[in-house]
Amino acid sequence: MEKAKIKVISRNPADYLRQTRHDIFKQPRNTDPKLHPFQAAREYTRALNAAKLERLFAKPFIHSLDGHADAICSLAKHPVSLSCIASGCCDGEIRIWNLSTRKCLSAVNAHRLHSDGLSFRQCCTEYSTGGDDKSIKIWSLDLATKNSLKEPDMTILSKNIFNAIDHSWKSDIFATCGQVVEIWDEEKTEPIRSFTWGIESHIGVRFNPIETNVLACTGSDRSIALYDVRASTPMRKVILEMKTNTVAWNPLEAYHFTAANEDGNLYTFDMRRLDSALCVHVDHVSAVLDVDYSPTGQEFVSGSFDKTVRIFPVNKGKSREVYHTRRMQRVFCVKWSMDNNFIVSGSDETNLRLWKADSSARLGALTARQKASNNYNKKLKKKFENHPQVKRILRHRHVPKPIHRAAAEKRVILDSQKRKEENRLRYTKPDKVERVPERKKHVVGEEA
Amino acid sequence: MYQPRNSINSDCENGRKSETKLDLLLSEEAGYLEAKGPRETCKFKQSRIVREIDVANRAKSFSLQLSHGPYRLEYDRNGRFLLLGGRKGHQAILDWYTKNIVTEFHTQEETRDIKWLHNETMFAVAQKKYIHIYDNNGLEIHRLKSLLYIHKLEFLPYHFLLVSISRNGTLSYQDTSTGKLVASHRTKLGSCSCMCQNPHSGIINLGHQNGTVTLWKPSMSDPVAKLLCHKSPICAVAVNSNGRYMATSGLDGQIKIWDLRVYKALHVFYNPKPISALAISDRDLLATGFGSNIQIRKDAFIGQQESLFMSESIPSTEIECLKFCPYEDILGIGHNQGINSFIIPGSGEPNFDALAANPFQTRKQRQETEVKLLLEKIQPELITLNPKSILRPKKEISVDKPAREKFDVKFKLRKHRSKTKRPLKKGAAAMK
Repeated sequence: MEKAKIKVISRNPADYLRQTRHDIFKQPRNTDPKLHPFQAAREYTRALNAAKLERLFAKPFIHSLDGHADAICSLAKHPVSLSCIASGCCDGEIRIWNLSTRKCLSAVNAHRLHSDGLSFRQCCTEYSTGGDDKSIKIWSLDLATKNSLKEPDMTILSKNIFNAIDHSWKSDIFATCGQVVEIWDEEKTEPIRSFTWGIESHIGVRFNPIETNVLACTGSDRSIALYDVRASTPMRKVILEMKTNTVAWNPLEAYHFTAANEDGNLYTFDMRRLDSALCVHVDHVSAVLDVDYSPTGQEFVSGSFDKTVRIFPVNKGKSREVYHTRRMQRVFCVKWSMDNNFIVSGSDETNLRLWKADSSARLGALTARQKASNNYNKKLKKKFENHPQVKRILRHRHVPKPIHRAAAEKRVILDSQKRKEENRLRYTKPDKVERVPERKKHVVGEEA
Repeated sequence: MYQPRNSINSDCENGRKSETKLDLLLSEEAGYLEAKGPRETCKFKQSRIVREIDVANRAKSFSLQLSHGPYRLEYDRNGRFLLLGGRKGHQAILDWYTKNIVTEFHTQEETRDIKWLHNETMFAVAQKKYIHIYDNNGLEIHRLKSLLYIHKLEFLPYHFLLVSISRNGTLSYQDTSTGKLVASHRTKLGSCSCMCQNPHSGIINLGHQNGTVTLWKPSMSDPVAKLLCHKSPICAVAVNSNGRYMATSGLDGQIKIWDLRVYKALHVFYNPKPISALAISDRDLLATGFGSNIQIRKDAFIGQQESLFMSESIPSTEIECLKFCPYEDILGIGHNQGINSFIIPGSGEPNFDALAANPFQTRKQRQETEVKLLLEKIQPELITLNPKSILRPKKEISVDKPAREKFDVKFKLRKHRSKTKRPLKKGAAAMK
């Protein structure tokens, strides 16, 4: 008989078992899909579990910082130190906080009335405050020594009250606004430039972080005006349906800014095209009071008169997150920390609140396996985000009853307006009326 | 640093590269049996194969003489443990690598079928009246009183569903993790004793007395598909591991191979006697058993082959059940004299994935796998003919109000009708 070639699967157990107790287990892998049936259904189940776990671990509130005696009306981030934040109170008090130790570093009574404006100079040793008592005070800050100065380095008295103050991101100048927009040099007691545009009162002012000579200013005549500090005349102005409270510049897109409006919406504009908004962000049920961008430029946070803080993606009309607590009242100011992980909000009931930017994220260092698991879960949620079950779990947010009711009412109002608009379009001759897109609807006029 | 996005082609290339890299990690080589001519392999009987292979593998071929009636057998998902069930009530678990008996007991009543549950610690036995669930110490941990006179059992490990078909043709799905009866369908096709699962999609295939094979899922009370496979009662059904092909055998002695993607018969094998048992291995070897004979066909799904790959016989026995051992070149045969374990080179998948099944699993790993399986338990509604259909969710139908249709006022002209042509009033008709 001829010899045949025979081979039978024969595994040497030593190749598959660990040698000592301190060794790791050997785990041979085979990616053949035959060995992994129901891959799609199992992935879907994992995605569903990941979505549920995300909502289970969503505990965004970290700490409440108390100490102020009145509502908090201004906040400023330290340009270098992540843990340092300054808050200004309606009774004129300024406090410097350390967020990592959750302690107040120093408190000083800066103004007699509101200390509305608060801004850090970019060289980070000084900060300036402007108040309703018609004075600007410049303070020096030394984080190393705990007891900072009780007296300001410099006081500038003016005829006007100041509503906001902001430092340039590059040079030593800063801008204030009140009845007029004024550009100041820190060395001088008189403004180096001042702008007016027929606006009786300015509410907010912000320097562009990239085009450092450009600043946006919001006025009580429902306008957002753009100024260049090098020019003597203002650049452009856009008028919306209602008053804009603050603007925030996108730190990555030089021309984009977002305006927090009294009508409860936020409008993202391109500086070059003011006739239409890039995106209208609707979710707040009451006036939006403050807005701040994340350092990545992908998202921004807004604080509102409806006692909630919301986080919006830049290109989405709806918020991805809403933060509220039973004790938090009207939110006057919000800031997104420069490490992209935290949000600070200051509100009517004298407290500063520290929130996580990603509500279900774990604080502290993660092990490699936790990181891998997080990444995998994130990818799964992304893959199955349009499945009705996953979508429902990921989208659901509990909001307090008044907000829930107000949102329902707002929806009814908007639906009825929409219906009316549709009817008008349907029963009018096509050339007589035209559909105005939502992005243009709220822009009343533009001036240059 | 900014890097330009890769094109699709280069992505594919990377995928291919990583795949070849992964292939390097597949350390084991599949078994084979090669002879000079195509008909020559058939001449290799077990006795000769055992003589020619190495000593370590010789022990894998063995036979047990048992006297409690036709035996059924079942390998667990790792291929390590062997469950034996005699018709007259003898049950045993064997670690067949070491030949250690894990447990052995007698149910004292007729047992029709046995099935492992999700791992080797639990198994279900269809006894005279009820299904009993035992653990690996032979302790009865549960008795399913709602299911009566069960003929055949099947278990879907990823769904934790114990599927049973009863004497009167009721198909039941019992969730073994929650204990709930998920679904119960009346097949309305009489008594049924032929069932297999599609390991790719979780669909249950039933073979009936009227020659049809019906495909079932828990969320539908009617069969998903119905195939008239033979003109005689169905004897055995088997589906291969990627769910594409089905083999059926009828009392007419035919074996038909079906393509389950188009529901068409690919080809037919004829046999002088009806086939009583069918099995398909991981690498698509088709084993058929009739009387005391076992025949193995290679590439049976590709086309009609000239000859058999292997053929064996166990004299003076009646084959009851054939099962391929996962990840091994082993065919287990249950018959009325006991069981046999035959070596079939090239039948098993050589490289296992430790996260799917691991013959060298430790206790800790088994417990961890159990928890993982439970966390990822697939809901019974997700069993569909196409298991990838979940990736394309159905569009939700929006409940917007339809636009109001234009309403035309139509004036109906009232015809003047003479009194005689007017229909009679009800009362008037009655009076007449």
